[in-house]
Amino acid sequence: MKRVAYFPGCALKDQARGYEAGAKKALEVLGYELVELSRWNCCGTVYALAQDDLVRHLGPVRNLVRTQEMGLDQLVTLCAMCYGTLRRSQRFVEEDEERLSRIRAFMDEEQEYAGGVKVLHLLNLLRDEIGFEPLESKVTRPLEGLKVGAYYGCMLLRPRDVGVDDPDRPEVMERVLGALGATPVLFPERTECCGAYLTVARPDVVQARSERILASAKSSGADVVVTSCPLCQFNLENRRPAWAAGLPVVYLGEVLAWALVQGATVPEEIQARIGKPAEVKA
Amino acid sequence: MAGELNLCRERLEGALPRKVEEISGQNPYACYQCGKCSAGCLFADHMDVLPNQVIRLVQLGDEGVAAFRAPWVCAACLACAVRCPRGVDIGKVMEALRVLALRRGLTPAPLNLGERYPQIALVGAFRKFTP
Repeated sequence: MKRVAYFPGCALKDQARGYEAGAKKALEVLGYELVELSRWNCCGTVYALAQDDLVRHLGPVRNLVRTQEMGLDQLVTLCAMCYGTLRRSQRFVEEDEERLSRIRAFMDEEQEYAGGVKVLHLLNLLRDEIGFEPLESKVTRPLEGLKVGAYYGCMLLRPRDVGVDDPDRPEVMERVLGALGATPVLFPERTECCGAYLTVARPDVVQARSERILASAKSSGADVVVTSCPLCQFNLENRRPAWAAGLPVVYLGEVLAWALVQGATVPEEIQARIGKPAEVKA
Repeated sequence: MAGELNLCRERLEGALPRKVEEISGQNPYACYQCGKCSAGCLFADHMDVLPNQVIRLVQLGDEGVAAFRAPWVCAACLACAVRCPRGVDIGKVMEALRVLALRRGLTPAPLNLGERYPQIALVGAFRKFTP
């Protein structure tokens, strides 16, 4: 069992608990143990784009220090927003020696951040460390017949130097879904923003976006939409139009657990699609 | 029709483009107004000026840009940033305008706090809409 440091973030302990539980169990099947940071703090959710606002990078860097204290150099996230914020802050402070020394001076009560902690998203782990073939070999409940629309949103893909895949034509989630036996469905809105935090300021705008995204997935034939962003999931589930009620928006970790984890709870509507009993023998 | 035409940057630019460049790290004069950012912007429908027009106003040093709604409708999705043929991260320019307005005491439209939201939505919104 390989141990990797894990940063959960707020949502994984609240509305996205099923994502965390599913991903942890699925990764155990794949030989990885997610070891939660002993103390962690909010990543800030949105990366500070202003160049002169160093204080907003303290939160992310403290989490990198926690990783370093564990003697590990990789930090895995499940949430797309945490991934973007932590990864970008890590690059921002490390690409400039002066910035890094100012950060160190500002939090001199902490162990000095040496740099070099690599922030990974679950998808990086699945593709680059585990690989699609070993993933496929561990599947005990193939999701045959299930058409899944992978919704990337923004923070997994943009900006280009941080994204886990090509920002215009990503394929990593489709490859994962394919390995699990599901049929990935491409839809035009899969990389387009849901409106994110505008949900608090302009619910009307987010509603229009959610409607468009779900219409795109539905007309492309998806039975279910999968995401790794808790804010996308909230917006798509809570700002959705009534007609899209039958199109569930689930987390990547849940889908992994359906296919890999024995005894995983598979929702009835998914069960009906894949035609497999809830309990299957290895 | 005699007269000197001198279009050097020093004569054109006012305080605004310098300030925006300082905060965003982006050169607003790199933009040649192709409009690709606005063509692909998912939120342009709800803006009062388009993203490329925002950049143009910055180039012209128009301080009135702070009063426009566009930067507050931008969700920082960075679709424009990955598509700009001139390498301008327009998302960072939008952020600079938000930050400038907030630092000057201007406040955007009030947040809709009468609903239950997950932390991720609230923290994100507070970070973008409050100083």
